[in-house]
Amino acid sequence: MKLQLKFLLPAVAFAALVGFFVVGLRQDPGEIRSPLIGKPAPAFSNESLGDAGWRVGSADFAGRAWLLNVWATWCAGCREEHELLLAIARENRVPMMGLNWRDDRNLALRWLEQLGNPYVSVAFDPDGRTAIDWGVYGAPETFLIGADGRVLQKRIGPLTREAWERDFVPLLPPPGGEDG
Amino acid sequence: MIPELGHFALILALLLAIAQSAFGLGGAARRHAGWMAAGRSAVVGQFVFTALAFAALTYAFVQKDFSVLYVATNSNSELPTFYRVAAVWGGHEGSLLLWALSLSGWSIAVTALSGSLDAPFRSRVVGILGLISIGFLLFMISTSNPFERLVPAAVDGNDLNPLLQDFALAVHPPLLYLGYVGFAVAFAFACATLIEGRLDATWARWTRPWTLAAWMFLTVGIALGSWWAYYELGWGGWWFWDPVENASFMPWLAGTALIHSLAVTEKRGLFKSWTLLLAVSAFSLSLLGTFLVRSGVLISVHAFATDPARGIFILGFLSAVIGGALLLYAWRAPALKSAAGFEITSRESFLLFNNALLVAALGLILLGTLYPLFMDALELGKISVGPPYFEVVFIVPMLPLLALLGVGMHAAWKRGLLKSKQRRLTAIAAASVASAIIVGAAVYGEVRPLTTIGFALALWVMGCSLLEVFQRLRGRQALPGAVLGMVIAHFGIGLATLGITGVQSFKIEKDVALGIGDATTIAGYDFRFAAMRDVRGPNYVGVEADVLVSRDGRAVATLKPQKRLYNSGGNPMTEAGIEVGAARDLFAALGEDLGQGRWSLRIQYKPLIRYIWLGALLIALGGGIAALDRRYRLRSEAREPAAAADAAR
Repeated sequence: MKLQLKFLLPAVAFAALVGFFVVGLRQDPGEIRSPLIGKPAPAFSNESLGDAGWRVGSADFAGRAWLLNVWATWCAGCREEHELLLAIARENRVPMMGLNWRDDRNLALRWLEQLGNPYVSVAFDPDGRTAIDWGVYGAPETFLIGADGRVLQKRIGPLTREAWERDFVPLLPPPGGEDG
Repeated sequence: MIPELGHFALILALLLAIAQSAFGLGGAARRHAGWMAAGRSAVVGQFVFTALAFAALTYAFVQKDFSVLYVATNSNSELPTFYRVAAVWGGHEGSLLLWALSLSGWSIAVTALSGSLDAPFRSRVVGILGLISIGFLLFMISTSNPFERLVPAAVDGNDLNPLLQDFALAVHPPLLYLGYVGFAVAFAFACATLIEGRLDATWARWTRPWTLAAWMFLTVGIALGSWWAYYELGWGGWWFWDPVENASFMPWLAGTALIHSLAVTEKRGLFKSWTLLLAVSAFSLSLLGTFLVRSGVLISVHAFATDPARGIFILGFLSAVIGGALLLYAWRAPALKSAAGFEITSRESFLLFNNALLVAALGLILLGTLYPLFMDALELGKISVGPPYFEVVFIVPMLPLLALLGVGMHAAWKRGLLKSKQRRLTAIAAASVASAIIVGAAVYGEVRPLTTIGFALALWVMGCSLLEVFQRLRGRQALPGAVLGMVIAHFGIGLATLGITGVQSFKIEKDVALGIGDATTIAGYDFRFAAMRDVRGPNYVGVEADVLVSRDGRAVATLKPQKRLYNSGGNPMTEAGIEVGAARDLFAALGEDLGQGRWSLRIQYKPLIRYIWLGALLIALGGGIAALDRRYRLRSEAREPAAAADAAR
């Protein structure tokens, strides 16, 4: 029986689809390049988590490199990465701001009290408006912003020691030179 | 001990599945009666051991055996018994076990009820179902063993995802899987036909009731999922075009096209190779859905098990099953020629339009679902395709489909449309358009083009369905199950269209911040936030509001939306307060606590939304009635085909 081309089409289309799936499977969702990378960090000024009368925002770190960590008490991955965030804070190479996302203020404050606070300051974002500007997919996410105000790196999902050393540390300003 | 027995039963089931496919396919090839009988016996054995494994896992959940990793991950000692049973399929491993059980259930049913088929064909069907079983059982045993022990045992479990602690979502997966997996039967029939190179169309007749049954389960499963999303997610939406929803909707569309094209193939011997391709596609899309959900290829809110190793296994399995079937198709299908011709207004051509439009919608939805993946793989950037795209690509083919549906139901095979029918249909069409305009203007005070089209099509489809019943009753004609089922299902389509048009056109949603005693008004209803209290459930604590709804000073209902925090932690869960009505739903969901006794509330007015799910249930009911048509069960008269049914029209 001879093969006819049009009857082979479904098989060919399916083979192409499988090709795409193979490529898709190889990609680690943690390594999605954010369209923000290389662009100026979106500006924001929110209530501080600890003090509703105080405003914190992107302008606080103008001229310096800083980290923005998006977290919430309902997020399991945030608990997972919390130890590492505390360790990074202890190293004191780069200041870290928290963005408390779609959360309850009291729960969030209790969380920091119980687990330790790695943040220099925490912006409160109960309705997720700031997070939308930053293109947040889900908590946790961590951004590194350079001294020039551009986003240098982004991590989706819990930060790991390996990812930190590989993707973030090389981009940090040299120790001691962060004022320059 | 019991979990080890369960694991062992699973391994035995795998061995029996291997025997089932080897003896089934080998016996058919060598025409060896003993082998073919052995293949059938293996089906029974496979079912028994899969069921034992399932029972063992259920037992572990009921007994709160937290030394089993899967039990500890998906349940908790405070979880009520009903949900502990439902938790069996609340995670990845158990879902697979349910899949396998469902597949072996279908296999045993086909084996038991297909005595009238000729032996080699039946044996091939058994063998192909066995191959699919092998894939799933092997996947489970090698990457996703539900019986894995946890050493040391957990003191208490993690709890079932609170979103899943709900009646509709407890029964949603089994129904959905019965539907997905049921398409495996049509797939096996199609492959057996291709292997044998059968030129007749009797296989279409054998396949029809099975496809209808699977399609019925899938319909109910999808409807339940939609209903659940409506009251549980707190947004009041009923369909989100989420990749996982699409994954269940695409096989449904393919299945819908399939049951229609099977009718043409059975009655007229046309569209043979097309119908085979659809049968392969419906099940392929079910497998694809599993792959998309389980592998994390597409990131979605549903992707609770994202594990590349599992993804690679499923992808390999998918390639083998679907690729194999499509190559078989490429090899054998060219020989299937359909010679008969038909008139442009005959039923055949309407069913051809039906298929073309359904497949167009299916293809565009598939494209939208996979588009982000394509873009990502080609490094063209990360994008997501949203509801606006899906709504357009779905509605555009659906409008002509609904318009043609009414006529198609009344068209005769082969010949053109009868004059007497033309007059009646014209009258129904005119009445539908007029009523749609009147309803829009009188009830909702507004006549919008798309709304009027939607209402008119809904009434048209319902009217044409009723006309069929009316004519048969008046002519004292028989109303066989297949026709009754068709009419009920089509009426359901009309009803669902009515609901969708109503809610999409006239829904009102309002997010407000209210303190105790404050009120707001939408659509003439006053919503008063009257009280707030603490509530406590078996495994959660929460708050419940009283929202008093009144209209012109008369009390209508008290809505009791809740916000729950489960003891196991995680996101606060929203339980909407809903007042159900024939004409509208009134909906209130609690948002955030704004402090000082103020809460954000989402208040909604949802006209006609009930008819979406009621319509879906009628569609499923119609499928069920058609599947049970006596004609499919008259085995001795299997050669008395279309003639009688044709005469009946």
